[in-house]
Amino acid sequence: MTRPEFWQGNTACAEGALAAGCSFFGGYPITPSTEIAEHLAAKLPKKGGVFMQMEDEIASMASIIGASWAGARAMTATSGPGFSLMMENIGFAAMTETPCVVVNVQRGGPSTGQPTMSAQGDMMQVRFGSHGDYAVIALCPATVQEMYELTVKCFNLADKYRVPVFLMADETIGHMREKILIPDTVERVGRKPFVPGNPPFRAADPDLIPGFPQFGTGHHVHVTGLTHDERGYPAATSPQLHMDLVKRLVDKIENARDEMADYDVINPDAEQVFIAYGAPVRTVQQVMHDRKDPNIGFLRIRVVWPFPEKALAKFKNAKRFLIPEMNLGQIAREIERHVKVPVRSIPKLGGELHTPAELVRALEAQP
Amino acid sequence: MRHEVRFSGFGGQGIILSAVILGRAAVMYDNKFAAQTQVYGPEARGGASMSQVIIDDEEILYPKVSDPDIYVIMSQEGFEKYGAVARDPAVMLVDSTLVHSRPECRYIGIPATREAKQTLKRDIVANIVMLGALVAATHVVSEEALKKAILDSVPKGTEDLNIKAMQLGLQLGKQP
Repeated sequence: MTRPEFWQGNTACAEGALAAGCSFFGGYPITPSTEIAEHLAAKLPKKGGVFMQMEDEIASMASIIGASWAGARAMTATSGPGFSLMMENIGFAAMTETPCVVVNVQRGGPSTGQPTMSAQGDMMQVRFGSHGDYAVIALCPATVQEMYELTVKCFNLADKYRVPVFLMADETIGHMREKILIPDTVERVGRKPFVPGNPPFRAADPDLIPGFPQFGTGHHVHVTGLTHDERGYPAATSPQLHMDLVKRLVDKIENARDEMADYDVINPDAEQVFIAYGAPVRTVQQVMHDRKDPNIGFLRIRVVWPFPEKALAKFKNAKRFLIPEMNLGQIAREIERHVKVPVRSIPKLGGELHTPAELVRALEAQP
Repeated sequence: MRHEVRFSGFGGQGIILSAVILGRAAVMYDNKFAAQTQVYGPEARGGASMSQVIIDDEEILYPKVSDPDIYVIMSQEGFEKYGAVARDPAVMLVDSTLVHSRPECRYIGIPATREAKQTLKRDIVANIVMLGALVAATHVVSEEALKKAILDSVPKGTEDLNIKAMQLGLQLGKQP
């Protein structure tokens, strides 16, 4: 059973977090994400959870890492400037394999940029923004419904893969109100249990994910951002150990690329193929609806990182890929790496969503 | 049937709430689809505030209003910034107490602020008067749905006042 609501995207995100069992939110308000914190400040304590307003985004990220080690499903929400401040501790979360969810309702950057306007300018920052090699998971909602559903999914992926997972929303979807159907229950995938007596960072299974030795459950665990051995103790000068650790952190995500892929393929025989994620999905949908042309294909991506490169091969007749993004072509460049046909970026900056007419013009323009 | 409704006035009149109530009425009580967006800027405090809602029988794909067929304009500055572009076959409801210009499209003058002040002694409910008039003139949602959505959205203790405002608007908006 489901019940309808008329909710803002940010409200749907907060409600999705509550449905997923989020029990800790640490954050610092910033437009256009503030409604998420506001909603959870009102609701989370009533459900036995903790809402903590931190002094800044560096501390916000630190707080959810600590809460996660204490067993909480933990989340923060921010936008560009706060996201930049979180980068150091995002690397710490990746290195320490801490499950946590970070929502970035993207606004125009760089710097404080356009607080109230929409953008998708942080798509490469989320993948590569902290120093060193690592891998994360990033999801992009295109509807208020997906603000809810993908938030739930973020928590499940974070727990399963022991990694920070990012809901890379945008102001358009975050602030829009539309119809949403709320399910009675949502799926919950927990953390892999820790086998007592094992070294806490030993990943013996083929999925390369160690069991989670939660604080306060009797295990002696040392958690450090330094390169560590499987006991968790610093071993920062061993070349082999460092390579093995970083390779494992990347491979546990990259090896599961197909398993976590989430996309729709529409008109796979088409020659002209749109690819979109987040708000521009809506404009492509409108063009597809208006033109009803089987020669226009559409790849709609929900899990953008790890990038679902195999999806591209489903369009066997593709002569051109068209990529509308509210940035200067960040994911278009990723797509160029994987295909042999021309990739046409349709960038848009300034804070407004592509109009259907703009996409039709790009479609009709000669390559 | 797809309708694109644009509301504009000054910050504090409840311009955004009006669009939210209308969208809520359509989704929750008329079993339709709606998508509501707004301008988020410093002008939301004072200045010209603007919000829009699309109401459709089918799922809404592109969620931004491109060419409104219904305008609700409650300030002169709002008219100049967001209403002056209106052309037939659009219809505009203007708060004739506060807006001196008239559009090139069909329009209905509703003395919402004056009536709210004189009849109900509270000009704060002028936006609800306009909503009532809008529904009487365009039937974009049902009267029953509007009433329920208003009751969902207004502060406790103000329900009677707001329903009176809606009913006043329904009378003012009925076409002769």
